[in-house]
Amino acid sequence: MATFFGEVLSVYSRAVEEDDEELDENEEDEQIRKELEGKREVCLHWNPEISEALSSGNKCQCSDFILAVGDNAARFVSAYILTSANWDKVGHASVWNERSRPFTGQMSEESACVFYRHKDNPSVLICQVTCYIAEDQLFQWTEKVFDCLQHRELKVTVLSDSSVADYKTADYLSDSSVPFLRSLHTTNYSGLPICPSLEQPNIVTGLPAAVLNHCQVHHIAAVVYQCYSDIIGPDSVTMETYKPALTKLGKSIQLDSSPSTDVFRKFVKTTDIQSNLYI
Amino acid sequence: MFIASEKSTASFKDFTLVMPAVAVGNVGQLAVDLIVSTLNMTRVGYVHTDCLIPMAGNNPYATCKEDSEQIHTAAEVYTAPELKLAVLQIRAPIIQTKSKKFRQLITSWIKASGFSRTVVLSSSHAYQRDDQQLQGTPLRYLVTPSLLKMSADALKELGWREMERVPAFPGLADANSEPRLYIPGGGITKGLYTDSCAEDLPLAVLLLFCSEGDNIPDAFTLVNHLNDWLHLLDNPSQAPNKWKIPTSWSLLFGSGLPPALF
Repeated sequence: MATFFGEVLSVYSRAVEEDDEELDENEEDEQIRKELEGKREVCLHWNPEISEALSSGNKCQCSDFILAVGDNAARFVSAYILTSANWDKVGHASVWNERSRPFTGQMSEESACVFYRHKDNPSVLICQVTCYIAEDQLFQWTEKVFDCLQHRELKVTVLSDSSVADYKTADYLSDSSVPFLRSLHTTNYSGLPICPSLEQPNIVTGLPAAVLNHCQVHHIAAVVYQCYSDIIGPDSVTMETYKPALTKLGKSIQLDSSPSTDVFRKFVKTTDIQSNLYI
Repeated sequence: MFIASEKSTASFKDFTLVMPAVAVGNVGQLAVDLIVSTLNMTRVGYVHTDCLIPMAGNNPYATCKEDSEQIHTAAEVYTAPELKLAVLQIRAPIIQTKSKKFRQLITSWIKASGFSRTVVLSSSHAYQRDDQQLQGTPLRYLVTPSLLKMSADALKELGWREMERVPAFPGLADANSEPRLYIPGGGITKGLYTDSCAEDLPLAVLLLFCSEGDNIPDAFTLVNHLNDWLHLLDNPSQAPNKWKIPTSWSLLFGSGLPPALF
């Protein structure tokens, strides 16, 4: 849409395209479409130990599954939990879609969605997701991952980043109140709240929503902690907001309550470098 | 697929199903929201499918603090057994490449559940109306042959206007091109209707020509129109505020304004 002065605005439309005629595809089109579909499949790659267990029909014994979605959530997990050497990388998921970059090579694909397991307590599984998972891949990702986990006594905790611009409230949010946490849990979850529940009309979307939907219909206890922040990119204040969400799990995981600045330096890239405004 | 929530072993035998089509201005979905919140319907299950974009939130129909913390998902089924009414609410867009699969899923579920009839609430782009459609009421209906057999008298009595077939190439007089059903912006409406005709399902489509914006008035128009037929509420047109607006409709135009502005 262009304004009177000619600026082009990208406006989200609620109109729905009419999927009128069934597309008459020729063979070549169909083949291309099928290939693309195949490429968009979500693939899980586990280490030999787990994949052997899975192929013999034994699902992963898991009591706590912690899923960190987004830059801040993932880096919080890195800085506060994974720095203790007690974690093994046990697998990763590869997801290809329209936002995947072709030239970044194998390394980044493998580090975008990684599973870790505790060495002493293998029933704790952590997953960090920093890549974009397209709308049509969310359901599949969730089905595939939860297919590998044993459902009994499973507790799922999801940490998720969000922009405060997406948060709706009748009161004006002052700067001092940001960042903050909101939670949303399934019916089977029974835990003391550590933050206010997500108020209507706010909703959760993306991977956290896919996980919640799956857990709700399969009667799994799950909770999502959504952190609303006004800073783009990773920063230590936003990361710290997640702390109360995991201190509750204290028994099963060791939380490094105050990581050294060296640790942070590794995970928080200074954003000034990227800005070339004042060179 | 339909998954019942734990307590209920719901039977939909001889129930009427009301469902929205995700379409222009979300009018159908808003109208369904009004029905669920006004009739205090209970959730009996979910439609859990990869055809919808996942979303989740707390209870959209919360009336007090106690019942607000209750997770709700992208597509859910509600019932009011005393009215023999079931409602499917869809809260997320359908993934474009999977709309055909979604239609098949819905029609096979309707068949398997034994609904006596299905009403689809929908909308269509107002700006794409042709000359004959511009005049008079913006409301239209469509029924499948098998529903027409059941409800022909009732429909005659209501005096509704059927959705017009439009020529495929307006302005061209071609004897070979038959006028076709055209519902721009209606999402799966047309597909669902033609599928139901082919499979002999009793299904009606109620639709409204509208534009995007604040579509709350459109939702009231459509739900009142439906009520003329199904009599869910007695005479809501005399007391226009009988429909209860759910809490999830708040903050339609965004958050509160900073007080420093004034």
